[in-house]
Order: sequence, then C-alpha cells, then structure tokens
Amino acid sequence: MNDAFALGPPALSIEGLSIALPPGADRPHAVEQLDLKLNPGEITCLVGESGSGKSMVARAVLGLLPPRVRIAAGALRFGATDLVQADETRLRAIRGAEIGMIFQEPMTALNPLHRVGRQVDEVFRLHTDLSRRARRERVVQLLADVHLPDPERLYRAYPHQLSGGQRQRMVIAMALALGPKLLIADEPTTALDVTTQAQILAQLRELQRERGTSVLFITHDFGVVADIADRVAVLQRGRLVEEGRRDDVLRSPVHPYTRLLLAAVPRLQAPRRRAGNLGPPLLEARNLRKTYPRRGFGGSATVALDDVSLVLRRGETLGLVGESGSGKSTLARILTCLARVDSGEILLGGEALARLGRRQLRPYRRRMQMVFQDPYASLDPRQRVGDIIAEGPLIHGMSRAATRARVAELLNLVGLQETAAERYPHEFSGGQRQRIGIARALALEPEILVADEPVSALDVSVQAQVLQLLANIKGKLGLSMLFVTHDLRVALQVCDRIAVMRAGRIVEMGEAADVYAAPSHPYTRALFAAVPGAHWEQSHAAEPVS
Amino acid sequence: MRRWIYAGGRLALAVPVLFSIAVLNFFLIHLAPGDPASVMAGEGGSATPEYMAMLRHKFGLDQSLPLQLWHYVVNVATLDLGYSFRNDEPVLTLILDRLGPTLLLMGTAFVISVGAGILLGLLAGTGRNSWRDGASSILALLASATPSFWLGLMLIVLLSIRLGWLPTSGYETIGSFYEGRAYALDVGRHLIMPALSLALFYLALYTRVMRASVIEQMNMDYVVTARAKGQTELGIIFGHILRNALLPVVTMAGVQAGNLIGGSVIVESVFGWPGIGTLAFAALQGRDLNLLLGIFLVSACVVVAINLMVDLAYVALDPRMDM
Repeated sequence: MNDAFALGPPALSIEGLSIALPPGADRPHAVEQLDLKLNPGEITCLVGESGSGKSMVARAVLGLLPPRVRIAAGALRFGATDLVQADETRLRAIRGAEIGMIFQEPMTALNPLHRVGRQVDEVFRLHTDLSRRARRERVVQLLADVHLPDPERLYRAYPHQLSGGQRQRMVIAMALALGPKLLIADEPTTALDVTTQAQILAQLRELQRERGTSVLFITHDFGVVADIADRVAVLQRGRLVEEGRRDDVLRSPVHPYTRLLLAAVPRLQAPRRRAGNLGPPLLEARNLRKTYPRRGFGGSATVALDDVSLVLRRGETLGLVGESGSGKSTLARILTCLARVDSGEILLGGEALARLGRRQLRPYRRRMQMVFQDPYASLDPRQRVGDIIAEGPLIHGMSRAATRARVAELLNLVGLQETAAERYPHEFSGGQRQRIGIARALALEPEILVADEPVSALDVSVQAQVLQLLANIKGKLGLSMLFVTHDLRVALQVCDRIAVMRAGRIVEMGEAADVYAAPSHPYTRALFAAVPGAHWEQSHAAEPVS
Repeated sequence: MRRWIYAGGRLALAVPVLFSIAVLNFFLIHLAPGDPASVMAGEGGSATPEYMAMLRHKFGLDQSLPLQLWHYVVNVATLDLGYSFRNDEPVLTLILDRLGPTLLLMGTAFVISVGAGILLGLLAGTGRNSWRDGASSILALLASATPSFWLGLMLIVLLSIRLGWLPTSGYETIGSFYEGRAYALDVGRHLIMPALSLALFYLALYTRVMRASVIEQMNMDYVVTARAKGQTELGIIFGHILRNALLPVVTMAGVQAGNLIGGSVIVESVFGWPGIGTLAFAALQGRDLNLLLGIFLVSACVVVAINLMVDLAYVALDPRMDM
C-alpha cells in the first residue's frame, strides 16, 4: 500500500500526545508531542530502544497506563471517539471489542489458575450475549484460526501446559476474538525463540491481511520491522524522530539516530577472517552427558546434554548457538565447572577436570571466567564495584595495594572511569554494568572467557559497543572465548567457529562463514531462515540505495 | 484419580513423620529432671526407698531407656497411649473427651482469622493507601500487638461483667441439660469470646499477607490482559486477583494452624474451656508424663492432618502444583 492510495480516514490518529511521568522519573515526559496516523489495514511499527516511551504509547491508547503515569496533553482519535476524553465505561466497551492488545510476555499475560479456553471466552462473555454453547464454538474456531493444534483439547489446558508460542497464540486469539479494527501489539515476539517468532509474525501478518486489521506494532528489533511493517515510526526518548514507509526508512534513513540504530544491527553475514593460524587446543570436551532428574511424581527427566564433544583452540572464539532449552547454557556452565557433568571428560590444557573436587578445582577456576547474561542480577547490589572486581584476585592471594591498581587498570580497559570503583552497581546503566561484569571476569587474567548471552539484555546501540569492547579485549589479551547466544547475527559477527545446538546435541559445527554460506543440517537452515529481517535483507541488499 | 494417589502418598509420608515425633517426644520428656515416682512420693510427704522402688517398678521406670522406648513405640503403634495415674483413666479416653472442644475452638478461630483476614487484606490491598488500607493496617497492628490472654480478660470484663451478654467461661451452662438447637446455641455463646481471643492475632497476620499478595497480583501482566479485554475492576478483583492472591495465605495458614494449638493452652485457661490446652497444663503441673506424651502425639496428629488438608487445598487451588 502506498501513501497515494491511503484509503479512508486513519484507523487511529495520535495528535500532540504527551504522557507525563511521575515526579522523580529521569525525565518529565515519557512521550512528548507525538503525532502519528495509522493507516487503515496497515501495520505501523513504532521502534525505539528501552526507555523511548514506545510501550507507554501502546498502553495510553487503551487507557492502560501504569499508576501515576498520565496523559498530559493531546488526543487519540479512534473513529469518532477521542480515547483520551472517553470515560471508563466507554473505554471498557472499546477494549477487547474494537481494539485488541497483545503483550510481550506470554508467560505472564495469562492467568495461571484459569483454563485458557475460559480466558479467551471471557472476551465473548464481556462483549456479547451469545449462549454458552455458541461462545464455546467461537473460541474453538478461534484457536483453530491461530493454528493451535487440537483446539478442543487446548480449550481445557492451563497456561503452564502450553509452550511460549502456544500461549502467545492464545493471547492473539483473545485479541482478535471480536474482529477489532485496531490491534496493538507490544513486543509480541520478543520473548519467543527465533523460529517461533518467525511463525507468529507470519501468522499475525496473515490474519491482519485477511481481516484488514490496522496494527500498531511496538518493537525494538529492526529485523522484525523489516519482516512485518508497512510503515515505521522511530521514537527517541519520547520524541518521534522519523516516520515513513518501511523500505524508505530502512534503506535511506534521514535522521542521524535512525542511522545510528540501523548501523548497530549486525549484518547477517560472516565477515572474512584470517584462516588457519589457530593455536593448539586449549579446552576440550569429550562425550559430555548431563541429565536433570525428574521432578515430582509425574515429571520426566530432562536430557540437557547428550554426547557433546568440542574443542576450543587458543585465541579463537567459538559460538554456541541454539534456542532456549537446547542445552547451550548448561554446556557453558559445565565447561567452566560451575555445574558437574554426569559422564564425559573436560580437559583444560590437557588436564582432566571433570572428576576433581571443589578444592582441587580452585587453581583452574581463575583460568576460565564467565560473563553473565543479566547485567542487573549478576552483580551484588550491596558491594562497591571496586570490591566486586577485586574479590577474585584477593581470593587468589593478591595484595590489597596491587589489587587496587589492578581494578583501576581494568576499569580503564573496559572504558569506565577509575572513580566507578567507589560506586554501587545500581548507579550504572545496563551497558555499563555489563562492562563491570567483563572487568570482573578479566580480573583473574583468565585464558578463557565464557560469555553467556552477554548482550541479549542490552539495547542494540549498547550491544554494538559491548561487542566491540569484547573484540578489542580479546585481541589485546589473546583470550579464547566461548560465546553463547541465541542471536545468529551476533554469532556471525563475533565468532570464528559456530556450534549449533538442539535438544542437548551439537547438530552442526564449523567455520562461521561455512556454516552461514552452506549450512548442512536442516535445523541450521531453519534457524537462519527464521532470523528476523533475513528475507528483507537478502532481497534488498543488492538494490541501490535510493 | 491422580488427586487421590497424591493424597494417599502424602498420607503414607505422615507415618514416618509421626513415628519420629513420638520418639523425639519420648526423649524430650526424659530430659526433664525427676520422674513420676518422685513426684508422687514427694506429694505423699514421706516415702521409703522400698516404696519408691516399688512405684518405679510398677511404672516400668527401672528398665533401661531403650527398653522403655521400645515399649512406648509398640504401645503407640497399637494405639495404647498408657494410663494416667493422676486421673485414674486411660490417656486416650481423657484426650478424646477433650479433643472435641479444642477442635471446635481451633476450627472456629481458624475460620474467623482466615476468612476475615482475607476480606480485610483484599479491602486494604485493592484500595492501597486509601482509608480502607489505613484502617485495616491499624486494626492489624493493634491485633498483632495485643496478647490473647489480656484480650480475653478484657472481653470478659466488657461483654460478660459490664454488659452481661455472654457467659464468662466454660463450654456449656452447667445443669441446663439443653438438647438439639438449644444446646448448640448455648455452646456457641460460650465459644464466641475464646474463639475471638484466639483468632485475632492470626487475623492480623493473614490480613497482612493477603494485602501484600493482592498488591503483588495487581501488578501482574494478566491483570492488564484482563483490563485490555474490557473486564470491569470488580470482575478483575474477584475473577482474577482473588484466587491468585489466596495462595500465599493458604501456605501461611498451614504453617500457623499448628500454632493455634499452642495458643489454645492460654485461651482455654483464661476461659475455663475444657479442652486439650487445660488438660496439658494440668498434666504439666502434675508431671503426668503418660498424659503429656499422649497430648504431644495427638497434637502432632492434628498438625499433620491440617498440613495434609492445606496441601490438598493448594492442589485444588493451583493447577500448576506438581502432584
């Protein structure tokens, strides 16, 4: 659809919207003077980093702002109604019936104590006078429409019995139940695995086309934008900086912020690397097996690792890639001896570790250090940054004075001021905390750095900086790195070799460029195909930038 | 079906628990200095060593400790809780006579505290920082800071002596020979004050737990989902929040139900309630070890039974529970 053909009045017209944050927030307004028109029957993506105010816009449309956050000015014209002025009764009639909403977290968006059928049924109970039997038929039909298997059975399931993707389909079914004119989707696929995400996006697109629904789609991911958007609006700290058709914005962004964001997205390609020239094996895993025992009376045992072998050479970066539950994090923890293996052997520089006791392991610990995923949970909030970094060296017998100098040196290395040592973790942003985490890991001068999803909790621009930092440090210190990630773009950018994991096994392992250019396993191919934006990137990469 | 298997499994687990409690009780009692023979002899004023030895032999106190333990365990297993020489009656009969009133008192106090606690907590949590919240917080603070014996005495002063509405003590009006409804009503009138005194502290506790739980649940995503469906605020509170918020209260109630027995010792003494509490107090004073051991064991059975019921209630409330 083209601007010239924009049909009829906008599905939603956001006019001069300002949303006020409570006093004491980092800025007075979450969103300021936002003007945005949603064309009927189109998907408009509202893109921004965390804290840009994009979710607040989504919440504001349905009058679902958190307590103490309020609309300060502006109008939200939906048909003849201004949603800002509408009273609670009118809003309730609109919610669920004329405007549907899909949320980010399928794990928590459903009431855990009610059967899912009943929760979808609630929409019909609230807005229609249908009989019980008629409602049930409609719900079962809906579940079939969103491609849920065996709708009759799933009607009676509880949320915890469904996978993340199935739950999100339930939420979509709920949102689409009454054929709303407008659908608001707040990061609906962010919490899902990449293959599930691809399916859900395709399905949303299909349902939206079929029913001619207008969609306001909130996301931080330009890959998703490329997959689904008709139009794109970019939000920076509450201000709209760019708006236009998808291909225009993605190919020739006008605003510097949009350019910066787009440049930060790792390209889906494997950069050329020096071939050969790799050192001797440093860390070896042989036939590792790990099973988590069954839980409760009815549970079954989980096989986390099933005969996994790999070699990490000196100076290389090996990527462990896979979806949730593939065993990649378990493998990282076992290789660093943070978890014990059931059978198999781990060799560090030729010395066997798997059977060593706690005390015997201690000298080896400093040679392998870990950087964790969550920069908020992985630092002790009650310890000063300096003490966090110094703890390892002190344990291993370094003097206090020497440690202090080392901390300062490390903070410089990761791009933080030396004064950071005196402050507490909560005073830092997510990216800065991840730098602290890296400094902490480097404090013991490890030979191997194991990074478990080190950038997946970070905004894309910060992610680029942290990845750059890791690359620099690795080069400077000659480290070997084991890099666990679910993001193939990141893996291709960072890793020399890639191991693709699925259900506790390594299904494919090889040079990053080879794996990308000619994946041999069907699962690897499926993973690459599911990377958000992959299709758009490939079909538009060759075209000249207009 | 699966639920019954689960219940059966839990019941089977109760057996070793009760066995360990019985053994533990036995040693606990023997840690206390003095034995029943010396108490009896002491009360008699004078006793010859021969008489003491005779008493000890009669009670089996001259046997070795392991042998005594063995006899005790075998007796317990055959539901023989021994004989109370003080009361001249079998321990089991004594306890069963008193168990009814205590269970009635505990049950009533439990229902009042849990029921009113849930209601007040819901009122406070849904109207956070409103007058409802303030009022129920003050009530909870007062209730948890008031000792139950003092509250009992004040209730007696106010409701019985000043106003004359309720009887001061006892289980029923002696010599009235009520039957049927009149009897139930009479017992009920006697029950009000002891049950209130016992319940108030726990009521405060459950109010707080429920309030915190409601506030936590109100911030959950599924509440926003319900609101986005067009659900009304009342529909959200009663349709979604209430049951989710109950779970921590049920857990807490299971833990605290055992303490009700302890609390009933004091309340029963204040109100002359003929229950296990007064019996335990008398047994303690008279060093009636058989009776004391029996009361310990029966109390343990009650606590285990309550915990079992709470577990089953939890499974019924929360489909996520791994049975």
